[in-house]
Amino acid sequence: METVIDAHDLVKVYDRETVPVHALDHVHLHIERGEFIALKGPSGSGKTTLLNMIGGLDKPDEGHVVIDGVNINEMREGDLIDFRLHNIGFVFQSYNLIPVLTAYENVEFIMLLQKRPASERRVRVGELLDEVGLSGKSGKRPAELSGGQQQRVAVARALAPKPAFILADEPTANLDTVSAGTLLDIMARLNREEGVTFIFSTHDPRVIERARRVITLEDGKVVSDERFER
Amino acid sequence: MLFKVAWRNVWRNRSRSMVIVVSVAIGLWAGIFMVGFYHGMISQRIRSVIERESSHIQIHHPSFADEHDLRYDIGPRDSVLQMLQKGLPILRSAQRIVCHGMAATASGSSGVRINGIDPAAEAGIIGLSGDVDTGSYFNAGGKHDVLIGSRLARKLGLSVGRKLVLTTEDRKGELSSGAFRVVGVFRTVNASHDETDVYIRLADADALGSMEGRVNEAALLLTDDRAVDTTAAALVGLLQGLEVRKWTEINPEMQLLVSTNNQVLVIFMGIILLALAFGIVNTMLMSVLERTREIGMLLSLGMSRLRVFLMILFETLFLVTAGCPAGIVPGLLTVSYLNRTGIDLSRFMEALSSFGWDFMVYPSLEWRQVLTIIGLVVLTALLSALFPARRALSLKPAEAMRK
Repeated sequence: METVIDAHDLVKVYDRETVPVHALDHVHLHIERGEFIALKGPSGSGKTTLLNMIGGLDKPDEGHVVIDGVNINEMREGDLIDFRLHNIGFVFQSYNLIPVLTAYENVEFIMLLQKRPASERRVRVGELLDEVGLSGKSGKRPAELSGGQQQRVAVARALAPKPAFILADEPTANLDTVSAGTLLDIMARLNREEGVTFIFSTHDPRVIERARRVITLEDGKVVSDERFER
Repeated sequence: MLFKVAWRNVWRNRSRSMVIVVSVAIGLWAGIFMVGFYHGMISQRIRSVIERESSHIQIHHPSFADEHDLRYDIGPRDSVLQMLQKGLPILRSAQRIVCHGMAATASGSSGVRINGIDPAAEAGIIGLSGDVDTGSYFNAGGKHDVLIGSRLARKLGLSVGRKLVLTTEDRKGELSSGAFRVVGVFRTVNASHDETDVYIRLADADALGSMEGRVNEAALLLTDDRAVDTTAAALVGLLQGLEVRKWTEINPEMQLLVSTNNQVLVIFMGIILLALAFGIVNTMLMSVLERTREIGMLLSLGMSRLRVFLMILFETLFLVTAGCPAGIVPGLLTVSYLNRTGIDLSRFMEALSSFGWDFMVYPSLEWRQVLTIIGLVVLTALLSALFPARRALSLKPAEAMRK
């Protein structure tokens, strides 16, 4: 399998009012293309911090992250923003979409930042909204969509730049069972049929039971790394 | 897309945005009105000075300005005017004999400036005929007639038909007197002018001052205010040995008014826009702080800091420019309406006329001033955007997403 992410000896310490908190404590992680991974652990275990490190949103105090052979911690900020734009898809727990844009425009937004031609944008946005089952809602703004539909738009947007992988931070946390199931079905299908790599940070057993690899974090350390045939 | 996002962001909180839009509109309306009012006052005063008092250019003997002595003449009548080239943009011209003297009646006396004029030529220059309040302008063929101002008439107890004696030092240095009959009393917006200036015929002044056909002042009214500098420069070359003075040199206080006109505009608008800037900064800062997570999300997705900066900048610009038409159009309409009807300040007439100002003010604006106002508003918007935009730029994606 082809390596997509290599996190090496990551250390992150937050100095919370002079009482240091080890958010990540010498974490090593090796992720291959096409994996469907759940990072689980209690609150404060370092899941989101690890996701932020992998996504280049935060810098480790020690160690480094290599994505597709590129050490992102050696990049200048402007290059890193550009790297994120072209290589990493994000799905957040909330405040995911730009509220003043329609579903179509939200998906198209990333491609506009990438300066893709209008014809390509039109075709790809249409395909992506179709894939997440929202082609009929393309003109709706986020406030007019349910939580599950908003997350599906976020998945479509994350896929728009054809990223190396998608990072999803608690994507089902605010969703009801049906919406979460639909969202997971879509992501599982994209992973299975199109080989999209997904990395979730989650507490949600519905996500964990569908992941083929489950990494458990506690106090900033990887305490288990299990693989399942699903 | 950045424009679209910025424009829609402006209207996310309509009531808050409308407060700024209305503030911009009221500020601009007030600014345009104040600038129009001030510009109108100054323009009227300038027109009054040019068309009723100094004309655009005056020609004298170089020593005349210091001593006002009749010895300092500019040569025989018509000699100067004949030297003026036809190519110069001169609309009208007149020659005068001007001197200081005393006006006396049985009941009192007063220091005056005696203006010996050609009534026909001056009708198109100082427009005195239109200012005659009682009596009449000079009749053709008359002699020893005098026009006096309303304040002098009151001071000396004079009325039309009464006599006064004018005394001055003639060209030879001798005291010379003449009796004149009041044919008309004029009233202008300039109280000082109405008290100190008297007008007699050029021929009478010639006899009074023993000028023997000489004159000591030529006044030129040009076809265009903007031609004053070039015409004066041309005349300096043409009239060697004579002094050519522009209206701004004859009335230095007017030069000050003209030069401060733009500064006053900037000060008026500066005060209004400063107050506005605080409102804009407050609104935009609130908007940025409310959207910390959203901006963090945009940065996370790969939107560059420059684009985030531009987004905030555009939002501020849109917010302010939305208020521009709502302030500029009513402002221009107000100025246009009042330009026709005028603003009556007659309750302050005494004070205004003592400085030569008209009590009816007709506000007016030049397009240059309107464009300056718009430019200042846009500049204010840009400067006001800097602080909130800087705040947005300082956000770190991961931290912003946690808030």
